[in-house]
Amino acid sequence: MTSQHTIRRRMAATTPVVLALLLLVFVLAALALGDRAIARMAAETLIRVTMVVGFWIFVGNSGVVSFGHAAFGCIGAYVSAWLTLKPEMKATLLPGLPEMIAAADWHVLPAAVAGGAVAALVALVTGAAILRLSGIAASIATFAFLAMVNTIWANWTSVTGGTSSVVGLDRYVNPWVALGWAVAAILVATLHAAAASGLALRATREDEVAAAASGIDRFRHRLLAYTLSAFFCGAGGALIGHFIGVINPDGFYLSLTFLMLAMLVIGGVGSLSGAVVGVLALSIAVEALVRMEKGVSIGAATFALPPGSQEIILAVAMILILIFRPSGLMAGREVMLPARWVAGRASTET
Amino acid sequence: MSLQLLFDAMALGGIYAVAALGIALIFGVMRLVNFAHGQFIACAVFALIVPSADALAVMGLGALPAPVLIPLILLIGAGLAVAAEALVFRPMRNASPVALMVSSFALGVALQNLLLVLYGGRPKAVSLWAELGHPVRIAGASVPLLQLIVVAAVVVVLAGLALMLRKTRLGLEMRAAAEDFTMARMLGVRSNRVISAAFALSGGLAAVVALVLVAQTGVADVRMGGQIMLVAFIATVVGGMGSLSGAVAAGLGIGAASALLQAGLPAEARPFRDAFLYGGVILVLLFRPQGLFAPVGAKPRV
Repeated sequence: MTSQHTIRRRMAATTPVVLALLLLVFVLAALALGDRAIARMAAETLIRVTMVVGFWIFVGNSGVVSFGHAAFGCIGAYVSAWLTLKPEMKATLLPGLPEMIAAADWHVLPAAVAGGAVAALVALVTGAAILRLSGIAASIATFAFLAMVNTIWANWTSVTGGTSSVVGLDRYVNPWVALGWAVAAILVATLHAAAASGLALRATREDEVAAAASGIDRFRHRLLAYTLSAFFCGAGGALIGHFIGVINPDGFYLSLTFLMLAMLVIGGVGSLSGAVVGVLALSIAVEALVRMEKGVSIGAATFALPPGSQEIILAVAMILILIFRPSGLMAGREVMLPARWVAGRASTET
Repeated sequence: MSLQLLFDAMALGGIYAVAALGIALIFGVMRLVNFAHGQFIACAVFALIVPSADALAVMGLGALPAPVLIPLILLIGAGLAVAAEALVFRPMRNASPVALMVSSFALGVALQNLLLVLYGGRPKAVSLWAELGHPVRIAGASVPLLQLIVVAAVVVVLAGLALMLRKTRLGLEMRAAAEDFTMARMLGVRSNRVISAAFALSGGLAAVVALVLVAQTGVADVRMGGQIMLVAFIATVVGGMGSLSGAVAAGLGIGAASALLQAGLPAEARPFRDAFLYGGVILVLLFRPQGLFAPVGAKPRV
C-alpha cells in the first residue's frame, strides 16, 4: 500500500526528469531541422535556461525580485575569458591583469566552473549586505549592485577592456554543452527546493512573520539561495561568452535583466517548470520577432517590423500577463508524471 | 572654489531630490516602486524635439518661449504618468507590490524602445536656453546662471509641494492615503482621484527633472533617465520607503556626496565615482536597513 504522501513525493521527483527530457526533445527537434541558425538558437535558449533556472532558485523560492543577476553573468563571463584567453593575447588586450591570471591558460570547463564560483563568492559577500533589507528595498539594492558592477566593468579598462569588447573567446558552446549545464541547473534547483533550506525559504515567502515565529532565520536561507543562484548565472554568463565569442559589459546590463525577468514572469515565478517553460516560450517568440524585424516576404510584399519593436512587444506581453494571468503560464504548477504511473501496483487497487 | 562646490552640490542634490520625490509620492499612495520614472523623464526630454534619427535635434516644442514651454512640458509629463496609471497600474490595483514593480519595469522598457524606434539610438545635441550657461560672479566664485536658476527652481518646487500637501484638501487626502490607504478610503477619500493626482504630480516632477537635465547637459539621450532614476531609488530607500521628507533629504545628501567625491577623488578613481557612491549607500543600509527616516507605518504589522 503506497501512501498518498509517498506518491506525491515520487511525482515531485519526476519533475526534473520530465523537464530534462523536454529540453532534450527541444535540442533533437532543433538539430533535426538541420538549420544552423536554429541550432544556434537552441544553444542560446539552453544557456538562458541555465541562467533563468539559477535566477529562479533565488527569486522563486524567496519571493524577492532581484535586478542584479545579470551582473553575476557579467562576472562569470569575464572570469572565464580571463582564464581561457591565450596569455599573449591578454598581454596586449588586458595589460592590467595580475601575473597569475595573465599566465593562466585553463581548459574551458574548469574556467566556466570558476566563473560561476567567483560569481557565487561575490554574491555571498554582497548578499550579506543586501539581503538584510526587507523585500522591496532589497530589490532596489540589487539594482544598485547591477549598476555598480556595470560602472566598474565599463571603466576598469586595463583589466576588463572597458566598453570595447573582449574578443577571441573559444566558441566551444554547442547545444549539447548548454544542455548539460541546463540539466545540472535544474537538478540543483530541484534538490535545493526540496531540501530543508529551500522549504524554509518558501515559508518566509508565504508569510514572513509566521516563518520568523517558527524559528526560521530568513537572512541565512536567502543568502544560501542567492549564492547558489549566482553560481548558475555566473556559469551561464561564461557560456554566453563562449557562445558568441565576444563579451562587453553592456551585454550584461538592463536588456539581459529585462529578458531574464520577462522569461520568469511569463512562465510563472511560482514553479521551476514555469521558469523553464517561460524561457522556451519567450525564446521561440523572440526568434520569430527577430525574423520579422529582418523582414518576411509574403507573396510579393516584404513585411518588416521596425527595429526595437521586439522589446516593445515583449514588454507589452509581460504587462498583459501580469494583469490577466499574474501567476504566469504555469501558474505555480510543476510538470510531473501522473500519479498512476509512479504509484506502483498496490495503490491501483484502492 | 568652495562656494562653487557648494553650488554644484546643491544643484545636483536638488535634481536628485526632485526625482526621488517623484518616486516616493507614488510609493507612498500605492506601494509601487515605479521603474518607469526614468523613462517618464526621457519622454519629457524627447517631447521637446521633432522625431527623427538625425544627430542634430530639430526643436519642435522646444522652440516655444519659456512661459509657454514649461507648463506644456509639465502637462505632458503629468499626462503620460496619468495615462500609464490608467492603462497599466489601475487594472493591477490589488496585485502585490512585487508584481507592480515588475510591470513598471516592463513599462519602462516599452517606453524606452518606443523612443528608440521614433528617435534612433544616438544621443542628440539639444540647445535649450543656451544663454543661461554664462557664469555669474558671486562672492569671488563664478557660478553658471543656470545653476542658480536650478537651485531656485528646486526650492520653489519643494516649497510648493510642501504647501500643497499641508494646506489643500487633496494634499491632506494624499498624506492620509500614504499613511493607511484602506483606512483613508473608509473615511471617504476617493482612491482613484488620489492615485491619479499622485501620478500627475510625479509626472510633473519628472518633467522638471527633464527640463533641468536638458538645459544643463545639452544632450537628449534615450538612456538619460536610467542613471538619475537609480540615484532617486537609492535616495528613497536611504530616506526610508514612503517618507517624502526622507526622500528629499537623502536626495540632497547623495547629490552633495556625489559632488564632493567628484572633487575629492584622485583623477584615476573618478570614473568609479558612482561605484563608490552605491557602495556607500549599501554601507549605510547595513547599519539602518529601514532607512534613515523610516515612517512608523513602514513596519509590517501582524
